[in-house]
Amino acid sequence: MRALQQHQGIVAPMDRSNVDTDMIIPKQFLKSIKRTGFGPNLFDELRYLDEGKPDQDCSNRPINPDFVLNQDRYKNASVLLARRNFGCGSSREHAPWALDDFGFRVIIAPSFADIFYNNCFKNGLLPIVLDEEIVEKLFQETYDNEGYQLSVDLETKTVTTPSGESFSFEVDDFRRHCLLNGLDDIGVTLEDADLIREYENQRRQTAPWLFNAAH
Amino acid sequence: MAGKTLYDKLWDDHLVKQRDDGSALIYIDRHLLHEVTSPQAFEGLRLAGRKPWRIDANIATPDHNVPTTDRELGVEGIVDPVSRIQVETLDKNCDEFGILEFKIKDQRQGIVHVIGPEQGATLPGMSIVCGDSHTSTHGAFGCLAHGIGTSEVEHVLATQCLVQQKMKNMLVKVNGTLGPGVTGKDVVLAIIARIGTAGGTGYAIEFGGDAIHDLSMEARMTICNMSIEAGARVGMVSVDDTTIDYVRGRPFAPRGEQWDKAVDYWRTLHSDDDAEFDKVVELDGADIQPQVSWGTSPEMVTGVGGTVPDPTAEEDPIKREGIVRALKYMGLDPNMKITDIKLDRVFIGSCTNSRIEDLREAAKVVKGRKVSPILKQAMVVPGSGLVKTQAEQEGLDRIFIEAGLEWRDPGCSMCLAMNADKLGQGEHCASTSNRNFEGRQGFGGRTHLVSPAMAAAAAVNGHFVDVREMMN
Repeated sequence: MRALQQHQGIVAPMDRSNVDTDMIIPKQFLKSIKRTGFGPNLFDELRYLDEGKPDQDCSNRPINPDFVLNQDRYKNASVLLARRNFGCGSSREHAPWALDDFGFRVIIAPSFADIFYNNCFKNGLLPIVLDEEIVEKLFQETYDNEGYQLSVDLETKTVTTPSGESFSFEVDDFRRHCLLNGLDDIGVTLEDADLIREYENQRRQTAPWLFNAAH
Repeated sequence: MAGKTLYDKLWDDHLVKQRDDGSALIYIDRHLLHEVTSPQAFEGLRLAGRKPWRIDANIATPDHNVPTTDRELGVEGIVDPVSRIQVETLDKNCDEFGILEFKIKDQRQGIVHVIGPEQGATLPGMSIVCGDSHTSTHGAFGCLAHGIGTSEVEHVLATQCLVQQKMKNMLVKVNGTLGPGVTGKDVVLAIIARIGTAGGTGYAIEFGGDAIHDLSMEARMTICNMSIEAGARVGMVSVDDTTIDYVRGRPFAPRGEQWDKAVDYWRTLHSDDDAEFDKVVELDGADIQPQVSWGTSPEMVTGVGGTVPDPTAEEDPIKREGIVRALKYMGLDPNMKITDIKLDRVFIGSCTNSRIEDLREAAKVVKGRKVSPILKQAMVVPGSGLVKTQAEQEGLDRIFIEAGLEWRDPGCSMCLAMNADKLGQGEHCASTSNRNFEGRQGFGGRTHLVSPAMAAAAAVNGHFVDVREMMN
């Protein structure tokens, strides 16, 4: 997995609450058996005026000029600023894959849905929870200043604005450790293979029905 | 010291290792797989040169992409080549790694959350995961069950464990008795309306109270299924006689002495009397009406006797903006009566409501009646091949067909429209599924979430009606 220690980038405002994973990447694109190539279809139904199809060249599709990521000032954004309950709905990891493929590295919101939040860390994306008032202030600053950038430091757990104002955020130690070092967490778990086997053997004694094949 | 909640007990029973950094390794007893979220996980295993840790813990089936017609053609019957490749990839992966799969022509094939309980592959006290957010369904059996992403699918395949942080405990208690015509679906929609789509974020919810324990297993599954629509990955109901009776005799259920030992353990799977919850929400079952969603989030729901809300009455600016946006997408006016919403299609199916009891409830309403000529389509999609067979043995298929509903083959179908079953732009659908997000059932489609009985009543009338008025 790609590591992330610090990041600085242009901020794009996604100004609606309850953005669901169907919205982030609609179902027709989940038919892919790959992890990559979802970027052109990120927010497909908001971004284009027609209905998107898998494996289609998106460069000739009619775009929705009102949609934020179609505006020149946000086209190179790598920090997504969002509202409450971002990433709700389906567990599809295609959602973080699409955000990553578009070029996002950091998502800031007042709250995230649990499964989406977890999926981000598995893909080198950092979801950051900040208080609603701070997020509101960042929205205003983003709207007011073209090319507005934020700096994020996972080491010190801070978000810093261009004027030098800093906000700290919480992230649990294991996820932070894995993301800082780009660790494969399967490898980390397998360091405890003996413990897993020991647990399994004990369960085979106390709850053998958990290991039955069909009768 | 306070007693343990059901979630605390399940957590402790599956704890392999508590790490110093607050994370924990949790053992997974059952892993369910389908074609959409597994191909990249199998590929990851292969690239890393890893093998599945415990093959017999895994059960797979294709459900999202399968057509609901012409199933005798098998995989060849999948017209969309991209969908077909995904189903073929699951078959290939399961064959290569030796994983049990109910393939497209197997009578046991069905929606993954229908077949687990049906086979007894879902047993009380298990930890169960699947790359699908509606895995919370299995919590109805007193299981620790939740959806995971594809990286975690790979993690479970490789290690039989997940790295987890313990969640907080929430009790949602539904007291008293439900009125006639009020179902598990109405209960869970009413709960979501109360706590909101993020109300359960960070919590494992236990559903309790007399109204919950009076319900059948299938109704409990409907409720736990939609925990995720309240933001909670995990929803659970404690084990009682109803649970144990449902499990008895199913293919993967224990037999003989093992059964007796299992039942002794299962009977401990309830929250202790002195357990403490971080949050408690109480509803009175008698207050719950048949529900209809009007918006683009499952919390945008009201009783069938209600009206579409007026955004000017909402004080929270973010919520107000959400209502305005939803009404525009749904093509609805503020203050209009729910029963005035005209429909184009009706869908009865999905992992929420495609089990035999759901079909019986719908059939009871349409029996001897006809689908409204206003509708373009009304379809019934059973949750599995076995549900379909049972429904046919009971004659439910004849009732549906005579009323003018289509009787289809099992799969996820129009719940998320990955196969050919979808809404056209601007069409309104009374749907027994779980999500009314923009575009969920088809580009520009407009979903109204309801119970099977309410969907059947809507099919007959071409608009929403209170099903209780049709029950005499």
